[in-house]
Amino acid sequence: MATLTAPTSHEEQGNKKKGRRPGGRDDARLRTPAWLYAVMVAGLFLVVVPFLWMIVSSVKPNSELRQVPPTLLPHALTLSNYEALFTDLDFPRFFLNSALVSLGTMAGNMVFCSMLGYALAKLEFRGRNVLFALVVGTLMVPGVVTFVPLFVLTTNLGLTNTLPAMILPFMAGPFGVFLMRQYILSIPDELIQAARVDGAGELRIFFSVVLPLCGPALATLGVLTFLSSWNNFLWPLVVATSEDKYTLPVALALYAVGQNSTDYGLLIAGAVVVVLPVLAVFLVLQRHIMQGVASTGIK
Amino acid sequence: MSSTHAPRPTSNDNSNDGNDGKDKTPGRSGATSPHPSPEALDLPRATGAGGTGTAEAQGSKGRQGRPRRRHDPTARSQTVAAWVLAVPFMAVFLVFTAGPVLASLGMSFTDIRSTDARHPLAVSFVGLENYTRLLGDELFRKVALNTLLYLLLGVPLTLVVAMAVAVGLNRVTRFKGFFRVGFYLPVVTSIVAVSVVWKFLLRENGGLVNSALEAVGLPGQAWLDDTHLALPSLVVMAVWRNFGTMTVIFLAALQTVPTEITEAAESDGAGAWARFRHVTLPMLRPTILFGAVITGIGYLQFFEEAFVMTSGGPLDSTRSISYYTYDQFGFGNYGLAAAASYLLFLAIVLLTLLQFRLLRSKD
Repeated sequence: MATLTAPTSHEEQGNKKKGRRPGGRDDARLRTPAWLYAVMVAGLFLVVVPFLWMIVSSVKPNSELRQVPPTLLPHALTLSNYEALFTDLDFPRFFLNSALVSLGTMAGNMVFCSMLGYALAKLEFRGRNVLFALVVGTLMVPGVVTFVPLFVLTTNLGLTNTLPAMILPFMAGPFGVFLMRQYILSIPDELIQAARVDGAGELRIFFSVVLPLCGPALATLGVLTFLSSWNNFLWPLVVATSEDKYTLPVALALYAVGQNSTDYGLLIAGAVVVVLPVLAVFLVLQRHIMQGVASTGIK
Repeated sequence: MSSTHAPRPTSNDNSNDGNDGKDKTPGRSGATSPHPSPEALDLPRATGAGGTGTAEAQGSKGRQGRPRRRHDPTARSQTVAAWVLAVPFMAVFLVFTAGPVLASLGMSFTDIRSTDARHPLAVSFVGLENYTRLLGDELFRKVALNTLLYLLLGVPLTLVVAMAVAVGLNRVTRFKGFFRVGFYLPVVTSIVAVSVVWKFLLRENGGLVNSALEAVGLPGQAWLDDTHLALPSLVVMAVWRNFGTMTVIFLAALQTVPTEITEAAESDGAGAWARFRHVTLPMLRPTILFGAVITGIGYLQFFEEAFVMTSGGPLDSTRSISYYTYDQFGFGNYGLAAAASYLLFLAIVLLTLLQFRLLRSKD
């Protein structure tokens, strides 16, 4: 939740600072010492080394992966590790499961949270504060508290070992309500009031006046719920009881702790398949995640 | 409808309302909003001025400034619309989130086992037996201690690394966006996947870490197979995975520190460290406390790293409360698992309350 609230307010603060700052600051800018860049580059290298090593290792043959000391660059390039994901394991199936669960969770949050977020932000009704407190009060409940009763529930609903069972518990998240409510609060009331004067019904106001203005917030919510669903582990691990329902993290984790735990080539290639799409999505859409953060630095 | 529409708000009110969502300090909004002030609860707001940011911001002003308007013509249609919009979320939320939270508490006082899953109501009430069993269980005491270690090692390390990077980013003027994205990368990745990679990095023979150490003449270690090293190794990996979140938050907060103040301290002869220690840090106190709590909540739930990298071993030295709960669920001891999860929940609540106490003590 923190990642989200921060950038929004950050944009403002950054802009404020820019406005407030007279020319004197430019001197300070010139003083950014070279050693600081060296330290930052070194730090960044340490942070991305695991990713680089993952990608390099994934194209080494298994024999080279066991070599001590390890080779820095692959001597023999191979895609056999990736092929093994298809032949030894059913990775396309896991990938599809992960994608369906993440898209379902994302869509659910975008629809449900914007609806409730609007009601909580702009509509007058009894019980509004109670609803808000109830929803936001569950923000800090850990997943480990709910998974046992959830399993009993899905067992009785006949949903165990199905994809809907992985989507339903996460498609109405308190975080999304909080985010959407905060965003919709900043939409001017005049717009809504004007639509009312023009005779638009309350629901129509939401769908044709408010929702079209929620683009940035919906994008942020979509990216974040997709990511957290894609990376979610405990609940899919519990509720997926047969291999054809595994999501990527479940398949990868169970393979990594099973009897094949030293099949490094396949495991590393699997990690690439789980991590790379997410990194790509993040790099493309990072502005939605760090909105505003980007507007202060370079440009 | 148009003949009786509610009066327009004053421009003053409105600009306040519009900003409510954004004016807050980054993290604190999340922590404070769940507790609207009691007076706000019975404060019907005019439709026109209804933007109504947080209850706190507006409570007293609204009461004096605007008379209650009970006869708002759109009130009824607003109520209907609100519930139409709220029902889909609330239905899913009550069944799959709020319900299980309560059910878990209920189950923790029963002897429910996996064999009762189809008849969850046909179980016996056993009072606090699950809890006393937990406290008497040597393994539970060990995993509780491990969880505490994750918390006590992980939180300070994460915050220090995050702060150092944030301070660096705050000084850097070129490629700032590039650095920020780079340091944030691990946060968006799957813990399971990066745990697989780190397990490979930390291998005793041929792992990148040991190879690098041996290259500079230092002895390699059995990072994940040594009962003393395994838990700290997992913490280091978790710090790497998590610090980016707090860096973004700290950076936002650092940029709210007025340059006038640090410049004044500088002209008084304060060195860089003194300025940071005595000017910047105290101003960031609320943000740091908030960060400590959300980071702490994460470490209290430590699970996936241990599951993938060590399977809880060696000799349960990396097993956490979450892991124990998962194990007990696997053994079919649903009541015991629920009780263990509630003790963890209790720890999280206490940590959060501690934050509020600390925040208040100096404000």
